[in-house]
Amino acid sequence: MFRYLLLAAMLFAASAVAQENVALKPAPDADTVATSCSICHTLNYIRMNSSFLTPDAWKAEVTKMREGYGAPIDDQTAAAIIKYLSANYAAPPKS
Amino acid sequence: MKRRDMLVGLSGSVVAARAVHAADQSVWLSPQLPEGTREEATLETLPGKRPLIRLAERPPNYEAPIETFRTPLTPNDQFFVRYHLAGIPATDALNTWSLTIGGEAAERQLTLRLDDLQNGFEQVEVAAVCQCSGNRRGLSSPHVAGVEWGYGAMGCATWRGPRLRDVLAKAGAKAEAIEVWLDGADGPVLPTTPDFHKSLPMQKAMADEVIIATTMNGGKLPRLNGYPARVVVPGWTATYWMKHVTSIQVSRKPLDNFWMQKAYRVPAAMFPVDHPFPTQDNATTWPITDIVVNSLVADPIDGTRQPADGFSVQGVAWDRGHGIRQVQVSLDGGETWKPADLGKDQGPFAFRGFTFHTGKLAPGKYVISSRATNTAGETQVEKLKFNPAGYHNNVPQQVAVTAV
Repeated sequence: MFRYLLLAAMLFAASAVAQENVALKPAPDADTVATSCSICHTLNYIRMNSSFLTPDAWKAEVTKMREGYGAPIDDQTAAAIIKYLSANYAAPPKS
Repeated sequence: MKRRDMLVGLSGSVVAARAVHAADQSVWLSPQLPEGTREEATLETLPGKRPLIRLAERPPNYEAPIETFRTPLTPNDQFFVRYHLAGIPATDALNTWSLTIGGEAAERQLTLRLDDLQNGFEQVEVAAVCQCSGNRRGLSSPHVAGVEWGYGAMGCATWRGPRLRDVLAKAGAKAEAIEVWLDGADGPVLPTTPDFHKSLPMQKAMADEVIIATTMNGGKLPRLNGYPARVVVPGWTATYWMKHVTSIQVSRKPLDNFWMQKAYRVPAAMFPVDHPFPTQDNATTWPITDIVVNSLVADPIDGTRQPADGFSVQGVAWDRGHGIRQVQVSLDGGETWKPADLGKDQGPFAFRGFTFHTGKLAPGKYVISSRATNTAGETQVEKLKFNPAGYHNNVPQQVAVTAV
C-alpha cells in the first residue's frame, strides 16, 4: 500500500513538474532542485524568499523540509540543493 | 475520506489559474514586500474566484488585493486561499464527504453528513474575521522565511452552522477531555509529510462562538475555502479553522505533531491572550491563538494621487472579539491623529468599517495611517514586535499619497 501511494505520488509529482511554470536559473544542480522541491510544492517559493535568505537560512529551510515535512532527500542531494540556492537565490551571508 | 479518493482528488490540486493582465503592479502589491516576492507575485483568477494575488500556485496561496477591504464583509469569490499541502480533494470527491465525531474522551462515535449538520442542530450565525496567522509576514523587518503575505490573507464573512459544543454533546465529551483534535480532507503529496491536524483547548472548543460552518455569506463554502464544512474559531487565527473538516476527536492528551508543536508558535507572553492553551505551551513558546487589534486602510491605495479638495480614507478594523472602540487616522505618518467615523457594528469578531474625510488639503505629499483601539484598551503597536515566524504584525500601515 505504502509503495503504491509513493508511486502514485511520484507519478503525480512528475506530471506537476512538467506543468511547473517557474524556470530556475540555469546552473549545475538546477534540475536536482526542481525535481526534489516540486514534488510537494511549486518553485514559486524559491524566488519569493530569495532576496533575504542567507546561505545559512537556506540550509535551515532545507533541514526544515527534511525533518519537519518529511522530504525524502538524502544528505548528498540536500548538499547540492543548498549549494545551488546559496549560489543563485541567496542574500549575502551576515558578517 | 478514503485514500483512493484523495489521490484521485490530487489531480485537482494543480489548480487551473488564469493570469490577469495587470497594468501596474504598484496598484495591487505592497511596495514593502521583499524584492523576490514582488517579482514572483501575479494577479490570477482561480475557478470561481475573482482575481487574487498569487504568491504560490501549488499548494495554492493567494491573497486578496487591498481594495477588497473597502466593504466590511468579504465576498466569497474574493476570499483568500491558503493551503499547506497540495493534496486538495476535487469537489466530486467532497460530495461523498462525511464528518466523524468521537475520540478516546468521547462516550460514542457519530458520523454526520452535511444534511445532519444543517438540520440536526440549532443553527448559529456569526460574522467573523478569518485571518491567516502569517498575514503581513512579508512586511516583517527583518524578513523571515515563509509565504510572504502582504495585507490580504484575511477576510470577514457571515458563517452559519451548528455550534461545535452542541455537536460534541451528541458524542458525549467526558470530564477528562482536554483537547479537541481536528482533521480535514486535504493532505500531503507524500506519505512521509505530517498531515495537517490541529487541536483546540476544551475552553475554546466549547465557546458560544465556535461553529462548524456549512454556509459562508449565505452560500456554499467555495471549494478552496473549505467546502462542504469548516470549523470557524472566531477571535483566533485561521490555522485552527480546519477546512473540509472530516474528523473531530475529543482527547485526553495534547496533540503532539509538527503543526502544533513546531509550527504556529509565538514567543511566550509576547502578545495578549484571552484564551490560554496551556496543554500546548512550553517554557519559551506558546501556540499562536488570539488575533491582535489591527486595522487596514483600503482606500486610498499607496502611491496614488488624490484631490487636494479632500478625499475619504476608509478601511476596516478588527480584534479578537472585544470589539473596536475607536479608529484614528493620521495624514502625517503617525505624528498627529484624528478620530474616524465607525461603520455598522456587525458583532465583536467582525470587521468594523471606518471612514475619515480629510477636508481641503494643501497640495503635496501625505502619509496616511490608521490606528485601532479595542474595548479592552489595546491599541496597535508603534514598533513591530518581531518574532521568528513574522506573526501578529499590527504596526500601522503607511500609505503615501500626493494631493494635487
